[in-house]
Amino acid sequence: MQTHNEGKNKTVLEMESRSCNVSLARVMVAAFIAPVDPDVMELSDIKTAVSEAVTNAIIHGYGEDEAHIVRMTLTLSGRLLTVEVTDNGIGITDIAGAREPLFTTLPELERSGLGFTVMESFMDTVDVISTPGVGTTVTMTKDIKSNGAEHGA
Amino acid sequence: MLHIDTQGKVMLVSPSVEIDAHSAERLRSAIDAAFEKSACMYMVFDFSQVRFMDSSGIGMLIGRYKQAEKRGGALALANMGDEMNRLYTISGLAKIIKSFPTTQDALATFVGNPAQGGMKHANA
Repeated sequence: MQTHNEGKNKTVLEMESRSCNVSLARVMVAAFIAPVDPDVMELSDIKTAVSEAVTNAIIHGYGEDEAHIVRMTLTLSGRLLTVEVTDNGIGITDIAGAREPLFTTLPELERSGLGFTVMESFMDTVDVISTPGVGTTVTMTKDIKSNGAEHGA
Repeated sequence: MLHIDTQGKVMLVSPSVEIDAHSAERLRSAIDAAFEKSACMYMVFDFSQVRFMDSSGIGMLIGRYKQAEKRGGALALANMGDEMNRLYTISGLAKIIKSFPTTQDALATFVGNPAQGGMKHANA
């Protein structure tokens, strides 16, 4: 699957909008970046950010309606990872508000409102493009600096 | 996915799953059911068997903190690894729920000597 001799690779995962697929997205990104040997903390940061983005698409984008598709595109260019998570859900009317810590539209579901805060803390860049009624794309990048001094699962 | 022990007023909650939106909901139901049936005021979460947690776990913990608070109790966390500690700090959870290096340390904040007295066991 992985051809990293040219220092570039890309893969796309399309998954139904079921919360059980969040763990699949985490496993996928972990396997995808294995050739560049992230350390334990980098791996954990990336898996957590992916978990947040895919969860947002399922819970907020599609309101937990499982009959839709979340698309995750992973690109590795040298040691720079780009993760793009797209849904065709309700969109975000207040992007600036949604990025504020503890902002949540679903307090009754015990959502902490920390999804974007975590993505921004754990990745180098986070961009959000959203159109109400059309959908949302979250694009995150991270430069994987370590050379795998410590390996994690 | 979850082991629960009770000792007097303290419930020791030991999840053994990756905590995300999918599992957090199931953990919440199982923990609340056990807590409601018990006479406990406090919960200690042992994270020694948890290899991953995202902000869904933070939401779940804040929710359980509110449940304990209704009975005049509180929560304590134990055995969080470096990765989870980062989330614990960034989320601001550290401001309301204390974390301890070991389960014994966490239990000791709510009971004098956790080694005394038997635990009641339950699995979910």
